[in-house]
Amino acid sequence: MSFMLTCPNCGKRQVGEFTFRGYFKSRPQQSDDFASWTSYVYFNKNKIGKQWEWWNHASGCQRWFIVDRDSAKSTDHQSVWFENRKTLEHE
Amino acid sequence: MTKKMWKQHDLKKHYDIVIIGGGAHGLATAYYLSKMGVRDVAVLEAKYIGYGGSGRNTAILRSNYRTEEGIRFYDQSIQLYENLSQELDFNLMFSQQGHFTLGHTEASVSGLTTRAENNKALGVDSYMLDPIEIKKMLPEIDISDHPRYPVLAALYHPPGGIIRHDAVVWGYARGAEQGGVEIHNLTTVGEIRTEKNKIKGVQTNRGFVSCNKLISVVAGWSSDVCAMAGIELPFVTHPLQALVTESYKPWLHHVVVSSNLHIYLSQTDRGELVCGGGIDGYPHYGMRSTLAFLETYAAHVLELFPVLHNVKVQRQWAGLCDMTPDYSPIISPIDEIEGFYVNGGWGTYGFKASPASGYNSAQMLAQGKVPANIAPFSYNRFRENRLVGEKAAASVSN
Repeated sequence: MSFMLTCPNCGKRQVGEFTFRGYFKSRPQQSDDFASWTSYVYFNKNKIGKQWEWWNHASGCQRWFIVDRDSAKSTDHQSVWFENRKTLEHE
Repeated sequence: MTKKMWKQHDLKKHYDIVIIGGGAHGLATAYYLSKMGVRDVAVLEAKYIGYGGSGRNTAILRSNYRTEEGIRFYDQSIQLYENLSQELDFNLMFSQQGHFTLGHTEASVSGLTTRAENNKALGVDSYMLDPIEIKKMLPEIDISDHPRYPVLAALYHPPGGIIRHDAVVWGYARGAEQGGVEIHNLTTVGEIRTEKNKIKGVQTNRGFVSCNKLISVVAGWSSDVCAMAGIELPFVTHPLQALVTESYKPWLHHVVVSSNLHIYLSQTDRGELVCGGGIDGYPHYGMRSTLAFLETYAAHVLELFPVLHNVKVQRQWAGLCDMTPDYSPIISPIDEIEGFYVNGGWGTYGFKASPASGYNSAQMLAQGKVPANIAPFSYNRFRENRLVGEKAAASVSN
């Protein structure tokens, strides 16, 4: 499915301009156990619904940002810079 | 009066084994279970059988994989497919017409050569061809140095080919029904119940069903189903698109894949070209097709076959692919919940695996032991960081 994704810098653009860079997950501490690292690297919620994702405006301003996007209907999404992620409604 | 291939049953209160998902894998599992004498089995399908990936793939079969684990597993699948029409007494229109994987860069040619040698070592018919030999078998292909990615060589795999995917679904469904298995369409699972880390049953839109063993075989929807049991999976669900053209006289007698151009095509007995590409670059559960895919596909296929410049596209569609980090599937018990099994992570390579996936899943469920052929595809490998890197899993690199 094709849709328009919002870049916090450039505004609404064709999704083809962007690269999906994986789900946003909190990185474990270096002292954390092996299981938390494999979980961080390999496992995903992969929900039908809203979740936080990393996107990169590859064919545009090349900046990285966080999108809170619904994986069933992408028209419903919110894009913010990493430092503003706390302003998103849910995690 | 024509005889129905499967009946509508009332949902019982209890089954020995419940299979969630009525695709080729779930139905094959049910069929092989019934052959092993396990008949108290229900297949629960939320829509209709074959609604998902089983009816949306491009029906290509092959076993020329890269890793030993992959080659053995898919070779078993091809061998089961070879006898399947006879076994199910149903014409699956299996055509072992041969399968080309074209290489357009030195890196891809060296990768294909590795695959050819690995295949030969394990007894799978697979070898390299140069452009002159390719041209003899595919007269319409452009092997000049004119295209952006000229054809340098190809991996040729004679046992590869195409089959009628709907027939595989229906054939397995009929076979399972004859063996005493119940197939329940329009039966949605809304809840998975466990008690003391042991499976109890599932809550469906038609009531609660208890069971001794439960297996999730729902490919693209696996994360959603397994989340009901509190199990997280290493999957990301991406759409994969395909298209079919109008019918043309027979001109393409082999399956052709180009990993560099991200395209594959074959011609059906009806003359239509069945075409597919790489996955959409972002996760999605919607199955709408895009103009971007059509444009990219057309541009790339014309580099190989300029003769296609006027063909008309009839339909375009998408299916869901549950991609794993190592491009290998999971067919495994889940240690956290006794009696719960997962068959998924089929990415872009699931349909060709259906018979082997069903056969081994059935053995796993019936005997409570994981067969050697699927032991590498455990769920725990991701917890233990022991991946099975199957980079040749998709016919086009992802």
